[in-house]
Amino acid sequence: MKLLIKGGRVVDPVNGISRAADVLVAEGKISAVDKNIAADGAEVIEAAGRLVVPGFIDMHVHLREPGFEAKETIATGTRAAARGGFSGVACMPNTNPVIDNHALVEFIKSRAAAEGAVNVFPIGAITKGSKGEELAEIGDMKLAGAVAISDDGRPLMNAQVMRLAMEYARMFGLPVISHCEDLNLVADGVMHEGYYSTVYGLKGITRLAEEAMAARDIMLAELTGAWLHVAHISTAGSVELVRMAKKKGIRVTAEATPHHFSLTEEVVGSYDTATKVNPPLRSADDVRAVKEGLRDGTIDVIATDHAPHTVEEKDVEYNYAPFGIVGLETAVGLAFGELVRPGLLSPEELVMKMSVNPARILGLEGKGHLGVGADADITVIDPELKEIVDVNRFASRAKNSPFNGWELTGLPVVTIVGGQIVMQNRQIVV
Amino acid sequence: MGLNRKDLLGIKDLSVGEIQLILETAEPMKDIIRRQIKKVPTLRGKAVINLFYEPSTRTRTSFELAGKYMSADTINISTSASSVVKGETLRDTGKTLEVMGADVVIIRHSASGAPHILAKHLSASVINAGDGFHEHPTQALLDMFTIREKKGRLEGLKVAIVGDIMFSRVARSNIWGLTKMGAEVRVIAPATLLPPDIEKLGVKAYTSIEEGLCDVDVVMVLRMQLERQQKGLFPTIREYSRLYGVTAERVRLARPDALVMHPGPMNRGIEIAPDVADGVQAVINEQVTNGVAVRMALLYLLTGGGNPHEAVN
Ligand SMILES: [Zn+2]
Repeated sequence: MKLLIKGGRVVDPVNGISRAADVLVAEGKISAVDKNIAADGAEVIEAAGRLVVPGFIDMHVHLREPGFEAKETIATGTRAAARGGFSGVACMPNTNPVIDNHALVEFIKSRAAAEGAVNVFPIGAITKGSKGEELAEIGDMKLAGAVAISDDGRPLMNAQVMRLAMEYARMFGLPVISHCEDLNLVADGVMHEGYYSTVYGLKGITRLAEEAMAARDIMLAELTGAWLHVAHISTAGSVELVRMAKKKGIRVTAEATPHHFSLTEEVVGSYDTATKVNPPLRSADDVRAVKEGLRDGTIDVIATDHAPHTVEEKDVEYNYAPFGIVGLETAVGLAFGELVRPGLLSPEELVMKMSVNPARILGLEGKGHLGVGADADITVIDPELKEIVDVNRFASRAKNSPFNGWELTGLPVVTIVGGQIVMQNRQIVV
Repeated sequence: MGLNRKDLLGIKDLSVGEIQLILETAEPMKDIIRRQIKKVPTLRGKAVINLFYEPSTRTRTSFELAGKYMSADTINISTSASSVVKGETLRDTGKTLEVMGADVVIIRHSASGAPHILAKHLSASVINAGDGFHEHPTQALLDMFTIREKKGRLEGLKVAIVGDIMFSRVARSNIWGLTKMGAEVRVIAPATLLPPDIEKLGVKAYTSIEEGLCDVDVVMVLRMQLERQQKGLFPTIREYSRLYGVTAERVRLARPDALVMHPGPMNRGIEIAPDVADGVQAVINEQVTNGVAVRMALLYLLTGGGNPHEAVN
């Protein structure tokens, strides 16, 4: 089957293209990008006034399968991704069991092939069971298709284990994704520490819980030469640490989430548990620093840390609710609203952070660009389309979004995966 | 004019006018408590429910008597388990009480924000009787009532709050109330028990009790929760008591006519010396009486009452 995406503005930074052009897809690959391609029997997608970009890749997603299927499954999570304009997601290994060996990586891949609406790239655990004690079979997981390693959600407190993991992962060229959080400094905190935690009477989490760990891991990356990727960076201090590390030539990349550049700690005052997330929503100064980090290139990637939970788990007092926000279906709208329209990021830079850089960091061949022969993973965005976020219309099984009721402008209207349309006009079509 | 609000969740949300109205309404209520027959029909036919997720004899009894003196039907529900353990959500519990006819739900909970969840989902009035270390608005109201009664005013007074400021809802509510009413508020605690950015609430923070008590009009002593020491926030109870205990000698640093207050229950010999607790400057028992009057005023104003003299006659 052939597809012709007609009349859109193609934004493909890898190939230096940012102009009106048609894109022809055949047999799952890009077969031409040019002016006025004849339809010649291809299914035509009208894209006038829209952006046609290499499929977005969310490199930080919790699909919850296996083990927590009440929260999300590979089927529902990948549909949420499709609706959010993502043609691929990398899923974190903190499932039950933890994805820490070859067979489990295979399991994710086979479930994704059977049930998934978009590409799924498994991330393996750093340590067995993510217990932080012994290294998992990282080399074998790489052979099975793991694209990175991480103990996300279970921070690796033992610096020696992290050092060994970095030395070891470096042999395979795998990035080590660090959820930077010193659990002792967190000390039962549930929100950002500062004026608002004092006013709301909630235990605070100091910025230092993240920054101390980011500093440690950056120094370990310098020592070992490994590739450190700092997950969900949330404080001004961490952004500065990454900026300095890059200046020194240390191999470090970083990601930020839409909620960390769109919301401040102040919203926690509603005691709405949809605002409870880890790392916590930070101060206005931190939000500014994260945006500046995105603007100046310190932060390479926008990733959602999509963290689904059931309504029942979240419908409790603030202290007792699990941490996490679902992000797949609001990310593009928030990025347009907070970053692109205010002029912090050009559309080209947005494509770098949501497609090109994630593909590079995870080593995904044929992804992140629209050159002839590349995989036909494509996102079409209507930068003017408005929609009020309604969690009840999410394709995700979960509803824990603090953006419910927000009006977003700039939304994905078509998601194509390997030449197949999986979302069109905001509706899932698989 | 009654209070133009459904709930009382915190002092932070109250205007100066609202605080004044509550304090003024509490005055005639106090007269009722002094009568031989302590009963007025004002809240007849109203159902008032005490929903206590934390043990508290004092506050619960105070609310219960406040309701009974005004002829409301008062019911106590005490449960020490959180909704997580109990298996029913706070929202469901509240909804159940409402469909049984509750007009006012008074909630005490160890989790900050629990009253807000309830208030959002109920059309009944919700009164916060203490949530986590967020607010304890009726305690602050009774404290302000007591100070005003003794000193004739709040404006311009220097009030020192001593103790575990970090985890104290009493401190937070008093800080909001007293600063709104024009008092100068100081907080005194070891550095590990001072909340982050506390001075942004408009108070001055001291780690030396001697400096902090200098020339104050009111010494407000907080109860030290003994589990704080187990969390390592200070070395020993003994050292705390030695450095921060309110002794007669330290009270002499305050103004000679300074009041000594405590929200109770007291750890005698730890945060407050027995001779201070029983001394002439202590108004701790009056605080308890005034607590009933202030809670009567609140129940009256939240259920639509206007002129306080109507309530009394
Ligand atoms: Zn994480």
